[in-house]
Amino acid sequence: MEELLTEYLPILIFIGIAFVMAIAMVTASLIAGPSNPDPEKTSAYECGFEPFDDSRSKFDVRFYLVAILFIIFDLEVAFLFPWAVSLSGIGLFGFWSMMIFLGVLTIGFVYEWRKGALEWE
Amino acid sequence: MAELWINYIWPVVWIVIQILMFLVPILIGVAYLTYAERKIISAMQMRIGPNVVGWFGLLQPFADALKLLTKETVLPTGASPVVFFLAPMITFSLAMLAWAVIPVNPGWVISDLNVGVLYLFAISSLGVYGVVMAGWASNSRYAFLGAMRSAAQMVSYEVSIGFIMITVLITAGTLNLSALVEAQSEPLFGVLPGWYFIPHLPMFIVFFISVLAETNRHPFDLPEAESELVAGFMTEYSSMSFALFFLGEYANMIMMSGMVSILFLGGWLPPYDATPWNLIPGVIWFAAKIAFCLFVFIWVRATFPRYRYDQLMRLGWKVFLPLSLIWLALTAGFLVYFDKVPA
Amino acid sequence: MIAATLAFYLFSALAIVGALNVIFQRNPVHSVLWLIFTFFNAAGLFVLLGAEFVAMILVIVYVGAVAVLFLFVVMMLDINITMVREGFLKYLPVGLLVGGILLAELITVFAGWVMSDSADVLRAAPAPDPSDIGNTEALGLILYTDYIYVFQAAGIILLVAMIGSIVLTHRTRAGVRKQVIGEQNARRPSDTLEVVKVESGKGLQ
Repeated sequence: MEELLTEYLPILIFIGIAFVMAIAMVTASLIAGPSNPDPEKTSAYECGFEPFDDSRSKFDVRFYLVAILFIIFDLEVAFLFPWAVSLSGIGLFGFWSMMIFLGVLTIGFVYEWRKGALEWE
Repeated sequence: MAELWINYIWPVVWIVIQILMFLVPILIGVAYLTYAERKIISAMQMRIGPNVVGWFGLLQPFADALKLLTKETVLPTGASPVVFFLAPMITFSLAMLAWAVIPVNPGWVISDLNVGVLYLFAISSLGVYGVVMAGWASNSRYAFLGAMRSAAQMVSYEVSIGFIMITVLITAGTLNLSALVEAQSEPLFGVLPGWYFIPHLPMFIVFFISVLAETNRHPFDLPEAESELVAGFMTEYSSMSFALFFLGEYANMIMMSGMVSILFLGGWLPPYDATPWNLIPGVIWFAAKIAFCLFVFIWVRATFPRYRYDQLMRLGWKVFLPLSLIWLALTAGFLVYFDKVPA
Repeated sequence: MIAATLAFYLFSALAIVGALNVIFQRNPVHSVLWLIFTFFNAAGLFVLLGAEFVAMILVIVYVGAVAVLFLFVVMMLDINITMVREGFLKYLPVGLLVGGILLAELITVFAGWVMSDSADVLRAAPAPDPSDIGNTEALGLILYTDYIYVFQAAGIILLVAMIGSIVLTHRTRAGVRKQVIGEQNARRPSDTLEVVKVESGKGLQ
């Protein structure tokens, strides 16, 4: 237990160092660089026009669909990790158990393929 | 007092020294990777490339860094300041953080986690945040569009990367990265190197292409397709916050090359455990493999035209995903039925 | 071990701060970012318990996938914060009910752990020592064989989620010309191209 935690301590310190470095770099440039903003300079980059409205607008539903499908496949991967390392212990039964699981999800995959959910237009 | 020093303070100081021993070479590597990219591409296009600052332009990266440091940081109107500055910091830190578990030589690793592969997968799945946050915080249409596109792209290729990692895991039977490298030391058929890119050649290729897409590099650098999206999610960034994205991208390339080397190219192992090969230290082998992958990254950039967005999504979901899934099932079936599953 | 205790208080304090910020932020995107922060601290707590696998999966699945979807949704749906505030009182009873049920469940679980008749057996049974077997492997050894029905049920739930999301969101847009790669590759020069020898002075008639 103790051993396990000492392996994680460097990671915690590493996170600290990485963020301190990033913050230091940005702060250094804020100090070293000039700062004289004017409305033209700070306006969002567009092709010569004033922006009509807020740019955070509604979006194609396809992006949500990709995100949802990603969650499902990511969970599948999450289920596969313990299976991959314990395959020698669970033998044929464990192997076929996972193949059925993957088969069920392949049905879903075929369904979305046939429905055209994977196509971008 | 002495006890406090030996038990608590010195270990922490030692860890900090180790971390810096990793970070400093990586940052220098990143600086010279930008130089190498410009030199290699210019050589491929019959140009000279940077040659003014220092001998052969060797000081160019530092000149660039200084220039970026002294430029003005512009905060666009309507941007949300905290998220705007947080985004490049996250991108940069994540690219550094992955090195905490990557072994460069037997025992040369900052923290030898039991679940090193999971840690790497977790870190690489967080890369989306830097991009999405930058696009949203900038309050610019180009940035927002570019961010949405690259987020969807990174997420799509993440899935096949996951499946391919699992395939390698079954073959090695461990989640620990050092053990994973050691598992590749057994020669294949007694003659070939035991590196996994030989038995898993198709997956090695698919993995490398997915890595290109995951790091938003050519030919999948749609977020930066300047003819349609200007500079994608980086459009509104300037000065050091832009430099952090830039450094993050290149550090990510080095990190992903390290991952490819560990999973497929046998990490620090020489091709044969015989005299001319094993005289060279493992670190050099590891660095050479990373350098090779980076060269391919640059070579691809100089060679291929950019993919169109729908083609890119098609490649990820309709080609790579089924391919890696089938290969996973085949590998597992082969190992189970021929009784070769590593204990 | 004092470092572990300190880390526990650090992570739990930050998790609570994060959770409070999720509720009290005015901007929904900031709420999601605080939610991610809370997830990280929860992952830290799992590591302190020795549950490395759960910690990593929490980061991979919740932070790397679920929160990305949340972020997509709140970034693009233009949620009007005043409208949401107006609905607060209307949904308060339902919210309280759901919260109450969750609390009751947690109390039941905890009570079962502490004071049920078989509590001693329960506490003595599980959790192999993390130093001799990695908990990823320990989980794998029972999940796919001893708990096969639960595991397959999870697969079916995922299938339902996949089909459901497509049924709900997928619309085929009319008048879109798609690229059919097979058709492009099947085209041969002989289908579209004819090489005609034109005699000089005669033209193409």
